[in-house]
Amino acid sequence: MRTRIGYIASNTFREAVRDRVLYNLIAFALLLSGAAILVGQISIEIEKLVVINLGLTAVSLFGVVIAIFIGIGLVSKEIEKRTLYTVLSRPVRRWEFIVGKFFGLAGTLVVNTFFMAIGVFGALFYVSHKFVRADALIFVALYFIILEFLIICSLALLFSSFSSPLLSAVFAFSLFVIGSFAEDLRNFAKMAHGVSGLLATGAAYLVPNFSAFNVITSIAHEQPVAGQLILQNSLYALFYATMALSGAVLIFERRDLK
Amino acid sequence: MPAIEILGLEKTYSVGFWRKRPKRALFPLRFTVEDGEVFGFLGPNGAGKTTTLKLLMGLVYPTAGSARILGREWTDPSVKAQIGFLPEQPYFYDYLTAHELLEYYGQLSGVPAKQRKQRVEKILDQVGLRDVRGVQLRKFSKGMLQRVGIGQAILHDPKLVFFDEPMSGLDPMGRREVRDLMEQLKHEGKTVFFSTHILSDAEALCDRVAVIHKGELRDVGAIEDLTSSVLGKVEMIWQGSQVPASIKALGAECHVSGDRVRAIIAENQQDAIIDALRRERLRLIAIIPVRTSLEAYFVEKLRRAETTAGSVA
Repeated sequence: MRTRIGYIASNTFREAVRDRVLYNLIAFALLLSGAAILVGQISIEIEKLVVINLGLTAVSLFGVVIAIFIGIGLVSKEIEKRTLYTVLSRPVRRWEFIVGKFFGLAGTLVVNTFFMAIGVFGALFYVSHKFVRADALIFVALYFIILEFLIICSLALLFSSFSSPLLSAVFAFSLFVIGSFAEDLRNFAKMAHGVSGLLATGAAYLVPNFSAFNVITSIAHEQPVAGQLILQNSLYALFYATMALSGAVLIFERRDLK
Repeated sequence: MPAIEILGLEKTYSVGFWRKRPKRALFPLRFTVEDGEVFGFLGPNGAGKTTTLKLLMGLVYPTAGSARILGREWTDPSVKAQIGFLPEQPYFYDYLTAHELLEYYGQLSGVPAKQRKQRVEKILDQVGLRDVRGVQLRKFSKGMLQRVGIGQAILHDPKLVFFDEPMSGLDPMGRREVRDLMEQLKHEGKTVFFSTHILSDAEALCDRVAVIHKGELRDVGAIEDLTSSVLGKVEMIWQGSQVPASIKALGAECHVSGDRVRAIIAENQQDAIIDALRRERLRLIAIIPVRTSLEAYFVEKLRRAETTAGSVA
């Protein structure tokens, strides 16, 4: 069972690589090296701040775009192209297919993030000519970014299990944007009363809270991240991704593959 | 033990914007396929053949009914390790090579690594794709994809193989190769269940067939039994150089050649012709039954079904 998930995951990873998804790294490298050279010339004292901010934001955005655009097609494309028929007519359970797809996409994003992280550290070294202890905090930011990707992957899969790629993209991207302002939404909900207050609170807690994962600015200012936040975010991402994946499995298990 | 027992499987889809309008794709279906048979599932386009196969593969869920495959519930995952399936107009992961695709399907089917390598090589040879084993499937022609499809269906050495329109889109050579392969599978003792609307393929290959039309099973049986149910014709040959008026009056289609007359007549006119020949003192030489083709049977059967449906409406 675990091996079948592994086979599906590695095939999903292979598909992403062969579809030249990792080519985004070239665009990322160009962006970052251009930025590093540019800030090296125009900014004084804050080169490092700019490079960390720009680099990590780019890592996050590139990953989110990949997660959404691959994730939304993971199931629907297989149904549309009927490649799923020859997979599910084998001893493969539907939930194994969904979970395998999830790990395949997550793996692609982790590898992608790894290479982009090398780029960030390279640019950082270019502008500051050395690494200091506080630079290790970048790993925490990268870890949070990966957690964010896991949630987005699971959401993209959830939408892909019942809707068209276009609608799935709209849903997933909207949730990403709303989730990035989840803290503001929660504060707004606290101010509302009655039924609208309940609805706002429900919505605020239902959307993924991506704002808690964004520590880029504080890390750029070399402010440490509390261990409690790391634990809290890890558990939150695990819980949210599991819930979204369970939803995807529940829908997909009942679906007729016409 | 039958290889397949279909026990009242039926399927109704919900259609329309609110999915409230029922559309019956398959009326309760009941028949069995014996072990080691080549069984044809015949019907025109849209008859319900693919829906039946999808139900058996667990790709769509039945509204009612069940099935048993190789003696077990058809939903039992262990059954799937022993069956192979070729969908209609198959499409595969086109970023993979033929070798990689078969390797992947072998993994999913649970073929142990050591055996898998040998099986993949054997199948590549068997379906004639050895020379292009390293080429990505996006560069394959339709016929080559069909070969890959057949390859993946038999890769794990299944006991029972389902083919959905296996000859569709193939050139005459390709069709011949698929026929040969199906015969080979039969010789190996495997059960082959294939759907088709190409009747000559069914006539050439099948031990028995089932006929489905508009989601309803119309007939099941050996081709000879089915075709004999449709009014047959006989060829009669007698000595003579002229066709007597009494025989002409029966509407027989006669050809005179030398001192012999050949006539093709409906089976139910045979006795009347014999009586006429006796009266005319002509010597009967032979009576040869003319075999009704499956196509004639099919046309007749479906025409009758249409007429019945029309009169009911």
